[in-house]
Amino acid sequence: MTIDARPTTVAHSRLDPEAMPRRDFLGLAAWWSAAAALLFGFLGAMRLPKAAVLPSPSKKFKVSLPASLASGQAYIPGGRAVAVYKEGNQVYALSTICTHLGCIVKATDNGFDCPCHGSKFAKDGSVLKGPAPKGLPWLEVKHAGGDNFLIDEGKTVAMGTSVNV
Amino acid sequence: MNQVTARKIPTEEPASRRFIENLRGAPRRLSETLFRTGRPRSDRSRSTFVFGNVFLHLHPVRTHRWSLRWSTTWGLGIAAISCLFVLVATGVLLMFYYKPYPEVAYLSIKDIHFVVPTGRFIRNIHRWSANMMVVIVFLHMGRVFYTAAYRAPREFNWVIGMGLLAVTLGLSFTGYLLPWDQLAYWAITIGANIAQSPREVTDALGVTQWFDIGGLQKLILLGSEEVGEEALIRFYLFHVMILPLVLVMLLSVHFWRIRKDGGLARPVDADKRLGPASTDVYPVFTEAPQKTYSLAAVVIGKSPLVGSGPEQTVPSMPHLMFAEAAVFMLTIALSVVLALFLDAPLKEVANPAVPENPAKAPWYFLGLQELVAHSAFMGGIGIPSIVLIGLALIPYLDRETEGSGVWFGGPGGGRLVVHSAVFGLATVLIIEAFVIRFGWIRQWWPSMPQLMITLINPGTLLTALYAFYSLWSLKKYNSTRAGALALFTCFVCGFVVLTVIGTYFRGPNWDFYWSPTQWPGH
Repeated sequence: MTIDARPTTVAHSRLDPEAMPRRDFLGLAAWWSAAAALLFGFLGAMRLPKAAVLPSPSKKFKVSLPASLASGQAYIPGGRAVAVYKEGNQVYALSTICTHLGCIVKATDNGFDCPCHGSKFAKDGSVLKGPAPKGLPWLEVKHAGGDNFLIDEGKTVAMGTSVNV
Repeated sequence: MNQVTARKIPTEEPASRRFIENLRGAPRRLSETLFRTGRPRSDRSRSTFVFGNVFLHLHPVRTHRWSLRWSTTWGLGIAAISCLFVLVATGVLLMFYYKPYPEVAYLSIKDIHFVVPTGRFIRNIHRWSANMMVVIVFLHMGRVFYTAAYRAPREFNWVIGMGLLAVTLGLSFTGYLLPWDQLAYWAITIGANIAQSPREVTDALGVTQWFDIGGLQKLILLGSEEVGEEALIRFYLFHVMILPLVLVMLLSVHFWRIRKDGGLARPVDADKRLGPASTDVYPVFTEAPQKTYSLAAVVIGKSPLVGSGPEQTVPSMPHLMFAEAAVFMLTIALSVVLALFLDAPLKEVANPAVPENPAKAPWYFLGLQELVAHSAFMGGIGIPSIVLIGLALIPYLDRETEGSGVWFGGPGGGRLVVHSAVFGLATVLIIEAFVIRFGWIRQWWPSMPQLMITLINPGTLLTALYAFYSLWSLKKYNSTRAGALALFTCFVCGFVVLTVIGTYFRGPNWDFYWSPTQWPGH
């Protein structure tokens, strides 16, 4: 018997479907359960690369501002992407991580410049130019007595928030 | 029934003697059994040699003369796979010394460069082959497109090719991260933040806290919130295991499909164009066929080989294999020469506090960096996806048959390509010049919602104009091939111009400079 000679069945309508033979049903059920098992197995395996415990360093740190820090001049604590300012008796901090693609912006006399893709920010962190979608976030600062301050990189505060010394 | 006992055991010779004789004959027998069908000496035995050999059987037994002309392919596919062979060999060698751990990684690269015997040479070859592979893969794509070789029945192989392009770029990206120098560190940072850039859209819509696909992507890529040891080992894993496995899998399908889709595309009148074969090529079957086509019973419809006889074909061994070997040798020679004279770069050790200024990716990503400098999401994810999907759809949208297998074949032909190139170049140059001179929305109205800039920026504008020009060409020539020719040519122009601007005309803070000599000191 050639392939073309196989008897063809009359097409049924969607409302009156052809009864499915038991074998076909079981065969399809086997295929679909195998596919579903593979899918769930894959999703389960993908739990592994999604880390549950993140090895990030603490975002809170203490900083003591040098007495010689001029008003409006940025103080960059070592190893932190933060710029701390002291104006009169007000102290505040801005993140220096560009909101575009995470480069470290450089504090200049007029604000902040990003070296990677040319974003420019004003002194208060708002975007002046370039692809950055948001301004630089202001960070929570707490006074810890004397020239010491606690800064939390993980907590942003509204623009203009500062602490009294 | 009696077969077991039928084998006559010679009794006249003692087994010890036969053993000695077998031992003496062993080398000869070994060389005979090395080739399943004996040494390939005649046309027929060469054919059986090709399809009886696991490494060679991807080759056809006979190859059409059209496929062997240099101008049909310029050998680009074989050149790309040659680069891959070189990369695998040199990559495995580098793994002897490379240690994927921050700082240690940088020192191990220094060791490879200065201490390990031939280490510097091997690393240079690896680097140059990788660069060549990117160039060759792009050229290969251009060749297939401009000879309209993506058409039926080869549509899906073109789609596989898009996947291979993406994997090649992924391998390059993960590769240049491994030295853990300044380039590596800031490239991972930027790459991971591009993966996170869907936040640009979800933030603008205010749904990030429920649906943070960007954050999830970054977390999976880095294994941490910061770029550090977890990130490096993940990129290493991608570079030496996951992406090569994907590449090999896609390549197998790619090669298999070339055979199954009937070899390389050629024009309908290829035989006429070629003329008769010269007498020193012996394309004729000198021996009667031995095989019956038992498979023919199950073949329904038109197989690519139905109706095409052996005329104009030559035995793949040696003709095709000589050509392949030549391309292979040339490719290796080029990478070795480049490696002898130009060292692979290694910058200062990664410094998370200070990015380089300007921080530039390798040349093949500088076009993207130029786009990213307008919008992170659109430049890094949106437009590349649109371009890849658009290119992958070309064979499904252009189903004409005119001009297949011919350079710049199809309505409009070379003239249309020139026009599209002029339009493509002019558009990208005007838009870039405008942005460099006058800036963009954020500078004019700083309070403009981000979604507006994500949607309307120089990159999306360029993409839209190219799409519009393609549709206009399609209407003008009343041909889908004309639309495809216009679109692809514009894409090439845009890619080249953006890459050149990113490479040569961007300085500190990504500002425009005519030449690096004008860069301000810092």
